[in-house]
Amino acid sequence: MAGVGGAETTARKVRWGVLNAVVVIYALFPVLWIASLSFKSAATLTDGNFVPREWTLDNYANIFATTEFVRALLNSIGIALIATTIAVVFGTMAAYAIARLDFPGKKLLVGVSLLIAMFPQVSLVSPLFEIERSLGLFDTWPGLILPYITFALPLAIYTLSAFFREIPWELEKAAKMDGATPGQAFRRVIAPLAAPGVFTTAILVFIFCWNDFLFAISLTSTERSRTVPVALSFFTGSSQFEDPTGSIAAAAVVITIPIILFVLFFQRRIVAGLTSGAVKG
Amino acid sequence: MSGTTTEPADVAARAVRPAGEKDKPVLSEGKKAERKLGLMLVAPAAIVMIAVTAWPIIYSVWLSLQRYDLKFPDRTEFVGLDNYVTVLTSEYWWNAVWVTVVLTVVSVVIELVLGMALALIMHRTLVGRGIVRTSTLIPYGIVTVVAAFSWRYAWTPQTGYLAEIVASGDPVLTQKIPALMVVVLAEVWKTTPFMALLLMAGLALVPDDLLRAASMDGANAWQRFAKVMLPIMKPAILVALLFRTLDAFRIFDNLFVLTAGSQGTSSVSMLTYNNLIRGLNLGIGSTMSVLIFIMVAVIAFVFIKLFGTAAPGSDDGGKR
Repeated sequence: MAGVGGAETTARKVRWGVLNAVVVIYALFPVLWIASLSFKSAATLTDGNFVPREWTLDNYANIFATTEFVRALLNSIGIALIATTIAVVFGTMAAYAIARLDFPGKKLLVGVSLLIAMFPQVSLVSPLFEIERSLGLFDTWPGLILPYITFALPLAIYTLSAFFREIPWELEKAAKMDGATPGQAFRRVIAPLAAPGVFTTAILVFIFCWNDFLFAISLTSTERSRTVPVALSFFTGSSQFEDPTGSIAAAAVVITIPIILFVLFFQRRIVAGLTSGAVKG
Repeated sequence: MSGTTTEPADVAARAVRPAGEKDKPVLSEGKKAERKLGLMLVAPAAIVMIAVTAWPIIYSVWLSLQRYDLKFPDRTEFVGLDNYVTVLTSEYWWNAVWVTVVLTVVSVVIELVLGMALALIMHRTLVGRGIVRTSTLIPYGIVTVVAAFSWRYAWTPQTGYLAEIVASGDPVLTQKIPALMVVVLAEVWKTTPFMALLLMAGLALVPDDLLRAASMDGANAWQRFAKVMLPIMKPAILVALLFRTLDAFRIFDNLFVLTAGSQGTSSVSMLTYNNLIRGLNLGIGSTMSVLIFIMVAVIAFVFIKLFGTAAPGSDDGGKR
């Protein structure tokens, strides 16, 4: 980097080490705290200690024993996976067209998806609530999947078209020269090259769907389609006199696990995906 | 090649046309197929996006002109702009608008400063870069509700480790201003990494040579930052600000968990949700939806004016 050539002194290293440590602690502190709460026994839950004095897995055993949580977890996984798959497929098609083809209304489409990315989601909640009730979609999986796809698409289209622009041109040209139609060039040449970008986009879209709270709480009313973030906020403990803190903390940790795995294994890709769409590449 | 439409290529094609007139039909045949394929590929995405946004927003304008309370469905009738008068003269609404604006401005400003610092750290650090980037992605990826619960329990008397650090008195989350400060803290923690990543992309555009030249000319660190880096990063900064401002403006999850909008801490999204889902008043809820939509449109318009040609929307894809 722009450092003084080779003169990486010890003092400098220490300074960077301290700065980095501050950043890491800043980022992990709240996560460690909720994890710590989830391992505390009911008796020590309110001792205010950052590290549990008594470790227990009771909270996890409790939530997995309730259909309230297990059902919500299945809903979360199912809804997020379906919405991600559809959004990525549609997004890939659209992004390819935007990055590679010339067709009328391209600017309009880019503009519309930018608008949707900035759209205040709460503005959709009132009409969707009423529309979904009349169509029988209220409190169903499709009732959540539809808005998720809609808001994931701009993200998918931006990220993917940025990736697609990086794909070497000449290969497609060569394929066409060899007599491939634009459609074949898409399937045989571009799609395999685009796979990493598509995969990254899928992670980002999944995180978005997994994270949503506003639609999930407004467009569901029962266990049938409630996702975990919503179920969490309705936890009351197994009896009404029991404090739900431990259960909420345990459930919170469970839905954080996929995020931690993504981040650990695909850090580079996520960074690339988040930054590529935002700044003109 | 017909695949891209770089502008220079268009100009070239136009200039060449008189000489190469006979190529034109062949070209337009290919163009036609390309247009058709383009439209076909785009259609599913476009249809879903428009069906789930355009139609509902039109419908909510219609709903906002009616008295429509699901608790009294028989009394539904067209009332013109009455709902707008009700909302715009309500002190709850204006309080929510102020809370939202203050939360947005304060958290975005803090995020910009912290995010810039974090971006510089992530950009320049050599040791442990992977660990730093990995851990900063956790706040970005974590479910907002989970993070909000973590902050809530941190400030809950007896349970939390932070509850004791403030002077005695009412618990922090039960007073308006302290509660809003905790909300800002939660927002800043969660979204600073995202801001930092966007800014880092801007930083990557700053050529090292330029910085070296500046420092040879005697520019100190601050001057290099203010005079060399900032101007080059301006588009990235504006993009980051736009995205974060509009995102902060719709704040809901953190408030829902941390204060549930009590003590006058409702944001506009929170108030709309309460009127709609708790109050089942579709008329008023839709009116607020429309008003929020208008406010967001105004903010976006102002930003895009500031962007000028750097707006992401003006990037029409094929350009290199």
